[in-house]
Amino acid sequence: MNSQDFQLFGEIVKSRSGLVLTEEKVYLLESRLVPLARRRGLESLEALADEVRRTQDERLLNEITEAMTTNETFFFRDTKPFDIFRDVVLPQLLKARAAKKSLRIWTAACSTGQEPYSIAMLLKEEAAKMAGWRVEILATDISTEVLEKAKAGLYSQFEVQRGLPIQLLMKHFQQVGEMWQIDSSIRAMVKFAPKNLLEDLGGMGQFDVVFCRNVLIYFDQPTKGKVLDQVHNILAEDGALFLGGAETVLGICDSFKPVDGQRGVYTSVKGGLMAAAS
Amino acid sequence: MPSCLIVDDSKVVRMVARRILEDLSFGILEAEDGKGALTTCQEKMPDVILLDWNMPVMNGIDFLRTLRSSENGDQPVVIFCTTENDMAHIREAISAGANEYIMKPFDRAIIEAKFSQVGVL
Ligand SMILES: C[S@@+](CC[C@H](N)C(=O)[O-])C[C@H]1O[C@@H](n2cnc3c(N)ncnc32)[C@H](O)[C@@H]1O
Repeated sequence: MNSQDFQLFGEIVKSRSGLVLTEEKVYLLESRLVPLARRRGLESLEALADEVRRTQDERLLNEITEAMTTNETFFFRDTKPFDIFRDVVLPQLLKARAAKKSLRIWTAACSTGQEPYSIAMLLKEEAAKMAGWRVEILATDISTEVLEKAKAGLYSQFEVQRGLPIQLLMKHFQQVGEMWQIDSSIRAMVKFAPKNLLEDLGGMGQFDVVFCRNVLIYFDQPTKGKVLDQVHNILAEDGALFLGGAETVLGICDSFKPVDGQRGVYTSVKGGLMAAAS
Repeated sequence: MPSCLIVDDSKVVRMVARRILEDLSFGILEAEDGKGALTTCQEKMPDVILLDWNMPVMNGIDFLRTLRSSENGDQPVVIFCTTENDMAHIREAISAGANEYIMKPFDRAIIEAKFSQVGVL
């Protein structure tokens, strides 16, 4: 691929999603965009680039952007954050919101749904402590394709074996041919919607917990900072922000601080969630 | 070094599993059916058992029931690893005392995920 075309695709993807395509990602660009070009009857990536220059077709630009997202995810990814959510964050919020009896949780780059469904299964296990509570789990992603899959809640045998304990498979899944489908009672706990993290996030209301995991790593520093500032604006002061294992707020956003002893969990500098009681 | 007994009548499966588990620092023992596995367990209980279902002489579920009712047989973590990929078999295995269940085909990612779930990794 010539460097002008690479630059063209890189700019489209960066400006629309924040994802940074470095030179060593040329192979990724090729493996993902060639099939897309073929579907449009275009022979090569040069032809695709010409089509983009000629038409500036919104749909095409979005398709190119979506094709470049990395959607890898699994149930209870890294385990620990979900333990912290259940054992440290949830008990504190149940106390703090005891009068209101409502909780709002947002998973901000939910991919094919394993993350929000992990949270939903966890909450279902804790249901006894939460009788009469209104809990909302909002799950969003830039890619409409992954959201469709997430809504269906259908997973391959491989997907249900990465991170999902067998007891939870037995409890919450049905076998549908070769696939496994998560029960409608769990599906009903999660609301899926498209949302681009580069957009204005005001208007989403306030959240008590935000999972924004394994998406900031693909952004450059200024973009990470902007997203984190926005997240801070819509996260309750005593709320919790969960980032991925390779992500941090340090040196990027001063509004958050790490929660002592709880890796990957951050809270507002304005007060915030307490460090582990345990 | 924790020990893992691989019970499978397929030599190829045993070899693939051995490679992955040796890489994860397990000491490996092998048996090609449930009966051989019982003999190995009588000598010394392994920490983990990776167990196929369909095998000649003695199958996996019969082995597991015998193991769980024998002395110290409650100790090893038992992970089924089988082509019996349906809910009925999964339920039967778990109620017979299996700790986890892997549906074949498996790979390193699945082995790692399941082994860490039951706390042996
Ligand atoms: C690697 S997945 C992470 C999934 C899950 N959070 C996890 O940790 O397993 C990254 C997701 O971020 C989404 N994404 C990328 N850029 C985005 C943006 N600007 N706004 C919203 N989602 C975005 C991708 O579509 C992809 O599904």
